[in-house]
Amino acid sequence: MSNPLELPPELADALAGPNQTSRRGFLVGSGALAITLSFGALHGARALAQAPLTASGPYPDPDFLKLDTWIVIHPDNTATFFVGKTDGGQGTGTAFRQMMCDELDIAYDKTRLVMGCTDITPDQGGSGGSTSVERDGRPMRRVAAEARRALLELGGQHLATPVEMLTVANATISLKSNPERKVTYAELIGGKRFNIALSGSRVDLTTGKAAVKPVTDLRVVGHSHKRYDIPAKVDGSLRWAVDMKLPRMVHARNVRPPIAGATLQSIDEASVRDVPGFIRVISRGNYVAVICEREEQAIRAARQLQAQWKRPEVAAFPASSELFDYMRRATPTSTSAPRVEGDPDAAFKGAAHVIEAEFEVPFQGHSSIGPAHALADPSDGQMTIYSNDMKAYSHRTGIAKFLGMPREQVRVVYMDGPQVYGRTAADDAGFEAAFLAHELGRPVRMQWMRDEEAGWDTKGPAHVFKLRGALDEQGKLVALEYDACSADYNHLWYNEPDTVLIAQLMGIRPANPAKGSVEAPTTVYAIPNQRTTTRIVGLPLIWETPLRTGNLRDPNGPQVTFAFESFIDELAAAAKADPIQFRLDMMEQAKEDDVFRKSRSLAVVRAAAKAYGWDPRPSPQPPQTGSPDKVLSGRGVAYTYRGNTIVAVIAEVEVNRETGRVWAKRLVCAHDCGLVINPEALHHTVECGMLHGLSRALWEEVQFDTEKVTSVNWASYPSLRHSDTPETIDIVLVNGDPNPGRPDLAPYGAGECSHKPLIAAIANAVYDATGVRLRRAPFRSDRVLAALQAQSA
Amino acid sequence: MSIVKLHVNGASHEVDVDPSTPLLYVLRNDLDLRGPRFGCGLGQCSVCTVIMGGAAIRSCITPVSAVRGEVTTLEGLSKNGKLHPLQEAWIEEQAAQCGYCQNGQIMTAKALLDRNPHPSDAEIREAMEGALCRCMTFYRVQAAIRRVAHGSKAPGESV
Repeated sequence: MSNPLELPPELADALAGPNQTSRRGFLVGSGALAITLSFGALHGARALAQAPLTASGPYPDPDFLKLDTWIVIHPDNTATFFVGKTDGGQGTGTAFRQMMCDELDIAYDKTRLVMGCTDITPDQGGSGGSTSVERDGRPMRRVAAEARRALLELGGQHLATPVEMLTVANATISLKSNPERKVTYAELIGGKRFNIALSGSRVDLTTGKAAVKPVTDLRVVGHSHKRYDIPAKVDGSLRWAVDMKLPRMVHARNVRPPIAGATLQSIDEASVRDVPGFIRVISRGNYVAVICEREEQAIRAARQLQAQWKRPEVAAFPASSELFDYMRRATPTSTSAPRVEGDPDAAFKGAAHVIEAEFEVPFQGHSSIGPAHALADPSDGQMTIYSNDMKAYSHRTGIAKFLGMPREQVRVVYMDGPQVYGRTAADDAGFEAAFLAHELGRPVRMQWMRDEEAGWDTKGPAHVFKLRGALDEQGKLVALEYDACSADYNHLWYNEPDTVLIAQLMGIRPANPAKGSVEAPTTVYAIPNQRTTTRIVGLPLIWETPLRTGNLRDPNGPQVTFAFESFIDELAAAAKADPIQFRLDMMEQAKEDDVFRKSRSLAVVRAAAKAYGWDPRPSPQPPQTGSPDKVLSGRGVAYTYRGNTIVAVIAEVEVNRETGRVWAKRLVCAHDCGLVINPEALHHTVECGMLHGLSRALWEEVQFDTEKVTSVNWASYPSLRHSDTPETIDIVLVNGDPNPGRPDLAPYGAGECSHKPLIAAIANAVYDATGVRLRRAPFRSDRVLAALQAQSA
Repeated sequence: MSIVKLHVNGASHEVDVDPSTPLLYVLRNDLDLRGPRFGCGLGQCSVCTVIMGGAAIRSCITPVSAVRGEVTTLEGLSKNGKLHPLQEAWIEEQAAQCGYCQNGQIMTAKALLDRNPHPSDAEIREAMEGALCRCMTFYRVQAAIRRVAHGSKAPGESV
């Protein structure tokens, strides 16, 4: 076979198989196929880079109702799986392979996986909401089971034996009675299409005729396979989205308004004409970018460009120091109808003890370690965007609409990138690169700078809470009022052509800003009388603001859980009850639901207590004021669930009385996400989720004056560091299902849940150590010290 | 623009760039290396770290004209197709999540172990303090470093 695209030799070999023209011809025809077929390390289209392609659309949507879209059996008896997902580094790609290998009966190391390339993998939406394994793993298992069924049928014909008399192992079918009579998958179909239609009204409902295996028969699932993506990430061989280069490629940098809401008056292009390699300033509305031949030239030009901006008449937002007062006073953009259970007013009236408290969480950033970037190639009137955007499919559709191009002429090639955890600025960079490439007619690489990423990426919304609780004579919680306010008006969804930053700056926007969201706590506690009210507020500047809110991991979960689980701790302390027993008592009174959240919550909290070695007593521990030791120790628990996954965290902290420094010396997590696909990868995801929560508890806060964000780098937006790392992290994977071995036990999401209870667990531990209740996150040393001093005064 | 000579991972190169260009962009864009990556451009995060004269330096704030002697990047750690013990430990501990910052973690750890093959836990934390990670892989990164430090054959021997 000729190799005009300089494909990697192993790929050329694979394509030169006996039937290659009938085999996934769309791969060849679209030119999209510079896929490395080296085992295991296949991830997205990393190898496109090795053979930059002349784009030659159209790029059709892979049909998820065809088995051939999902699975290819190669002549060497290996398989490639094609899934519409992305992996932000939590090992979901490895998990997908494990699930599909089990159903197909093929060894893990004989398979590869391609993810998230819009013209070669079925649209499963990319990643988000901890749904990758829980929801999108289901069709993967079903299509692999269907492929196995089809292969058994072919094997029966080939061996002239009824299917019931056959067995399968390692991609080889043999007679149960005579293992020597056998045929491999490759002999049956290697290099050929299945030509089997699937059914299902949505991609996640895709199925064939075959049933998936009972979980008791799974062998690859449950094994800690090493993640296939890690070796190339530690030896420097991986080509990331940031590494993509194309002939004639140029470098772009944005020039942002210096004041939020400012209007561009004029640009003095002469101010940058002396920059070597300068090509053009491209501007529309308030969007401005400079383009140069080399990267360092573009950085210099962006800094040097002189532009006149008109200050807005109204300040964009209150300064961050005034934020919570502003939120309390602001007229809500929406208010929920109060949700009432029982008769809270009567219960409060008759209560023995009533307490109330307010909690505050500031805006916190995605603050990706690698600022947003993308490369867009406009060759041949098409548009290819190389990106780590976690939602490659909506990225493609949004960019096509934004540019006014037919969807079929636009594709997104997903490649590895810095962590995503929600709606990051990766969306924005792809739109910007594509717009500039469209204007210039050359491939354009867009790269945001650090101050831009910190200043202009999407933020997790600030929250203010007010809680009120009533205890009876026995210290039982009889009534609770929960009021939450979130600064989440005009919350961004993904890749919308009228809400991405470039569109906003160009003056393009939808008729109505998005409503935003605010949530009630997620627990199973039985509280007989309750009133829940929520509202959303907006800041003065709605559009073109650096305080855009987006989904930051579990978008409202850490904030809500901080307030609620801190307050439960306050109630336990007021009742002089052990904080774990106080929670267990309320869980025992709960009703069971269809995923056994009650049983599983009890199991998880008990497992955490056992792993920690928890001795019951009320918080705070007896005052250590007489102690000469400047470091006080304490422990705190917090529990919650996210979707169907249950988590409890116990933190042991040390608080330095002289400096206010809080160190989480030990973290214990009990975690029930149902069926575990890869225990070690799950452990690591849970660990890192907890430490991200710890970072938000101790450090993270977006600060701003009335004109701009002032947290613009790692000095002004500090994040967790090596010295903050706990000495010990213990994780217990719990299966609290009442029938733990049931054949249809499902895997539930694991990407976000462990991150959710950390702020509360730390606050509760600080209270236990010091008797000081921290109700304003993050717990930076100066804030903790002030609270300690206020207590002594 | 002017001709600048560089010695990187055992090979010599000449590049025609403005001498004030940060080393990072020359490594990435002229030499097509992928280990050092852009993180902050301010010397704050370590994602761009390379080793020069035995020290872990931030290539994003080092002008190419200031480079002296051999530069080693992540790609230069493996010898004759064999991974460096740190890289092997990273795989064994499954230390990466997204992996974007791991160049900074590994190169900073390499410089530490080259000067102190058996660091205490406190010394590991201190040396690694500037290596940021937003996936928060610190716990496993420290475990991977300990794995190599405890496996070193003799005091003072470079790993």
